[in-house]
Amino acid sequence: MKSGKRKKGTAAFIAACLFPSLILLSLFVIYPTLSIFRVSLYKWGGYSAEKIFTGFENYKILFRDGRFFDSLRNSFLLIIVVTAVTLVLSLFTAEVLSREKLFGKTFFRIVFYIPNILSTVVIAAVFSAIYDPSRGLLNSVISLFSPGTRILWLGDRSLVIYSVAIAMIWQAVGYYMVMYMSSMAQIPESLYEAASLEGAGRLRSFFSVTLPGIAPTLRTTLTFFIISNINISFLLVRAMTGGGPDGGSEVLLSYMYKQAYTNSSYGYGMAIGTVVFLFSFALAAAVNLATRTKD
Amino acid sequence: MNLNIKRAFSLILCAFFVLSSFSGCAMSKKEDGKVLKVAVLESAYGSEMWEKICKGFEKLHGDIKIELTAEKNLEDVIGSKMKSGDWPDYVHLATGREAGLTETLIKEEALEPLDGVLEMEIPGEDTTVEEKLTEGFTDTLATNPYSDEKTYLAPMFYSPCGLFYNAGLFEKRGWEVPETWDEMWELGDRAKKEGIYLFTYPTAGYFDSFMFALLAEAGGSDFFDRCMSYEKGIWDTEEAKVAFGIMEKLSTYVEPTTVANANSDNFLKNQQLILDNKALFMPNGTWVVGEMADAPRADGFKWGFCALPAIDEDGDRYSFTFFEQGWIPKEAENKEAAKEFLAYLYSDEAAKIFADSGAVQPIKNASDLVSGDNKLFYSVYDSGAIAVMGGFRATEAVEGVSITETLFSTFNSVVLGDKTVDEWRRAVAADSEKLRKAIK
Repeated sequence: MKSGKRKKGTAAFIAACLFPSLILLSLFVIYPTLSIFRVSLYKWGGYSAEKIFTGFENYKILFRDGRFFDSLRNSFLLIIVVTAVTLVLSLFTAEVLSREKLFGKTFFRIVFYIPNILSTVVIAAVFSAIYDPSRGLLNSVISLFSPGTRILWLGDRSLVIYSVAIAMIWQAVGYYMVMYMSSMAQIPESLYEAASLEGAGRLRSFFSVTLPGIAPTLRTTLTFFIISNINISFLLVRAMTGGGPDGGSEVLLSYMYKQAYTNSSYGYGMAIGTVVFLFSFALAAAVNLATRTKD
Repeated sequence: MNLNIKRAFSLILCAFFVLSSFSGCAMSKKEDGKVLKVAVLESAYGSEMWEKICKGFEKLHGDIKIELTAEKNLEDVIGSKMKSGDWPDYVHLATGREAGLTETLIKEEALEPLDGVLEMEIPGEDTTVEEKLTEGFTDTLATNPYSDEKTYLAPMFYSPCGLFYNAGLFEKRGWEVPETWDEMWELGDRAKKEGIYLFTYPTAGYFDSFMFALLAEAGGSDFFDRCMSYEKGIWDTEEAKVAFGIMEKLSTYVEPTTVANANSDNFLKNQQLILDNKALFMPNGTWVVGEMADAPRADGFKWGFCALPAIDEDGDRYSFTFFEQGWIPKEAENKEAAKEFLAYLYSDEAAKIFADSGAVQPIKNASDLVSGDNKLFYSVYDSGAIAVMGGFRATEAVEGVSITETLFSTFNSVVLGDKTVDEWRRAVAADSEKLRKAIK
């Protein structure tokens, strides 16, 4: 009887402790998300009281909107390219800094992590200077090998999205490197010793001990990659290219902003927001499914 | 610590977190007396002049206290408040900004008509606002967006737009400033041989003033108005084709790094090309002088400014007049006080305060207050150029369609060779057709 009372008391205590988080979650996550779905069904500029319910009309327009598909293609490309390159680079740097005897390890850790704490505006300014067509670092180095070459990193519609990708990779490598390093630190040293006794080299140890050891972290970070790439690409594109030239670097969220605000189509912007939400959710779920392992 | 005390402590902490999340939701108290909420964009002219204006108005109206919001990101500051029902009484925010707040309110018919203000007597003067305003400024689509007799946006600081160049370079080389486009191309070829490109532009957005003036040159002010009103087939006319033809030729004279720097982060580099004698002309407004005040420049640099060259030898030359706008939201609480404030903004006292910061209003005798480089810029209309004003007529928002984006940004693709001028013109025509059906 006493233990039943105690159980009830514990349950009430847990409920009371969860209550604030639930309220905050409902207020700042669930309600706004549902609001986005609701507003996407209206023709509305975002300020006046007059909203016209149009059902799924915004979605019908969306699926005929070429500029939306251009921005979707750019976002998708960034997710793939940035994720793939950042993953390889951050794994490599994490492995080297964790397992190799290297002079100045701490220094390199800090250096790699610094880009992550810089604001997007600073990153945009740094890369604008690097990409400057006349006096930029990149063109100056290239002209050492091929004099007279002038590449317009931010002025070529087929190149600009890769220029944005490079800035995103530079910004992200340090963050994921630290995550992988902390995960690698959990792998017992004895496993490496055993592998070494079995005759495994560094590469073999990496693929047979390190990678399986950090697999759960890798899986989690893949979801992080999807979400952060969508968000950071928006911030960087706004600060660096404004979506230009002529929509060449437009990404999903920058197009959503332009439609919701510049084009006074708030309802339509929220329809784009809904698609971004579903797209990132579906992609994250697909990645999760594809990387599921039997425990 | 006893378990119950621990639990009580945890619960108090939880309650504190919940309550603290509502701390921003406190009801605001209404103060005694009338409070006029004035929200202004802090532009290149600074916010100090607005503080002086508010003090001047408060001196005249002892019962009114002004709550001034002057921000560079004004839309972010007042936008969320407006959504929650806290509307400012008077707003100084022009159209053409990325956040599109003014355009959205025009489309939503959320602005108060200002006809009453035009008839109001300016405080301390025996003239009405309408009488004091320079003729033509309240007959444009930028002030009367629904193309009717009603004015919804008050014209504020104006700036002639056209082509800026280094007058010192022209003097040194003995070059004449071209008066026709043919002379322009000749100069472009001559300058190219000396390693100077004919043309650059800060961002494609600066083509609003340029293309509007060009359209007026191609078909006159009436043709420009028909373009702005989305008349059926207007972009397929010969006049439109002439204007786009000039843009096509101009694209071949653009300095090659321009497109790479034609964004908000790097546009100053394109403006710098003029100061460094690497390009001859750029479209811009009078604010460019202040913007580049601290930039290094070639020896003997001297700002020069002219209207667009004429299409034919006997053709007219046009210069677009950009002006900022002020407006009163329909939802404003103190509309009458806001109207009095607006009337005060046109007083001699206010005009002097504005002019001291470089902001020139479209009022009679305003040119007397202009000094320095501005004297040359504001005299462009005295030297024969015709003023063209306004912008696209208000429509309902059409999802996915932005004619300004199509009309201006596509020039980047034309310069890069990614799109032809005909593709560009057809895209503009397609957007115009969609917007014509949504005219208010």
